[in-house]
Amino acid sequence: MALRDQKFLEKVKELSGEDLSSCMQCGLCSGSCPAVGQMDITPRMLVRLIQLGHEKEVLDSKTMWICLSCFTCVARCPRKIDFAKLGEALRQIRLRKGLDHIHISEIPKEELKRLPQIALVSCFRKFTS
Amino acid sequence: MKIPYYPGCTLKTVGKNFETSAIESAKVLGVELVELPRWNCCGAVFSMTTDDLMHQIAPIRNLIRVQEMNEKGIVKDEYRVVVLCSMCFNTLKRSNLFVKEAKERLEKINTFLTDTEEPYQGNVEVIHFLELLKNDVGFEKIKEKVRNPLKNLKVAPYYGCLLLRPEEVGIDNPQSPKILENLLEALGATVINTQFKTRCCGSYQTVNRKELVAELAFDILNQAKMNGAECIASSCPLCTFNLDTRQEEIKKAHPEFEMIPVFYFTQLMVLAFGLKEECCRFDLNYVNPKPLLIEKNLLKT
Repeated sequence: MALRDQKFLEKVKELSGEDLSSCMQCGLCSGSCPAVGQMDITPRMLVRLIQLGHEKEVLDSKTMWICLSCFTCVARCPRKIDFAKLGEALRQIRLRKGLDHIHISEIPKEELKRLPQIALVSCFRKFTS
Repeated sequence: MKIPYYPGCTLKTVGKNFETSAIESAKVLGVELVELPRWNCCGAVFSMTTDDLMHQIAPIRNLIRVQEMNEKGIVKDEYRVVVLCSMCFNTLKRSNLFVKEAKERLEKINTFLTDTEEPYQGNVEVIHFLELLKNDVGFEKIKEKVRNPLKNLKVAPYYGCLLLRPEEVGIDNPQSPKILENLLEALGATVINTQFKTRCCGSYQTVNRKELVAELAFDILNQAKMNGAECIASSCPLCTFNLDTRQEEIKKAHPEFEMIPVFYFTQLMVLAFGLKEECCRFDLNYVNPKPLLIEKNLLKT
């Protein structure tokens, strides 16, 4: 593995606190995910790409922005890998560079009036820096 | 009994129907929920990156308030805090565990807060209202207080995610929970089991991917209806928004869809205990539940 790829893997490990080496690619995470149909890369594939250190492919994927943080895959993973923490680490790598995923000004005013605080606070926490 | 209570932002506005119904039904059971003085937003989601201590400060400040309530004698030797909102519950409980499991994290946060707060001792316990009902009150006692059993009302309990997952903070078995079922049975309702009761409603994606959320909610509601449910019992203001208010979007995408009322479980407690209808604040429910309740003789016209 090239040094650059290794560095990316280490960064994800450090931020998530997760050891990905035990993933056996069983796919239970992808099979359990209620939003997998919207993802361009399934959770199982994403773990493999992180293991291989494919930074660009991983960070360009929309998977971590589709993730609902519902923890279903976390509850079911036979190797106890916390995919929600991986998603959070990937979002944070982007957000800490100031690359916000959503912009408040783009949310229609009628929706802003309708949405409860809990939706706005959680969404901004997940998708903005 | 008096116990500290953390409301969170949404329960003070569009979720007032959750708060009012919970406080009033708790009174019937001899429980006074005492609101934390000077509480602040918990952040709604738990920060999961290992190095992020900054976002733990808001939840920890609320736990310091619980300590203060004991020191000031507002409550007596009660270091538990009751939470109603599933998201606040999950965030406060996970933050509490996060600082408790590593002393250096707690020390760092306490050092940061030195000028404004007493140090957090790590002795507060975060519990959900449902746990209080089960463990402190007991479903038998709840049954005794029922004046209008919810006879023939077919209710599908909906847990969502954050009451149950991750496992270390969940209030019941994450795969097959029973706590809401047991409560609803005590209230005299007919419980309808659904496979999707622990499936995600789409959560915060409701802000920028509302079509996705509407589809997820459509599946959850449809399954409940197919199994014979006439209404849903929820325990989270965000799930409730997605399952209730987003029925407008569901209807647009699926014109044949027939709307179904979504209650907070505490609103059903109010009805069963025979309290005033005002305590339910049905004006804040999107799908009007009154026609169903009148049909079932649970509400007068």
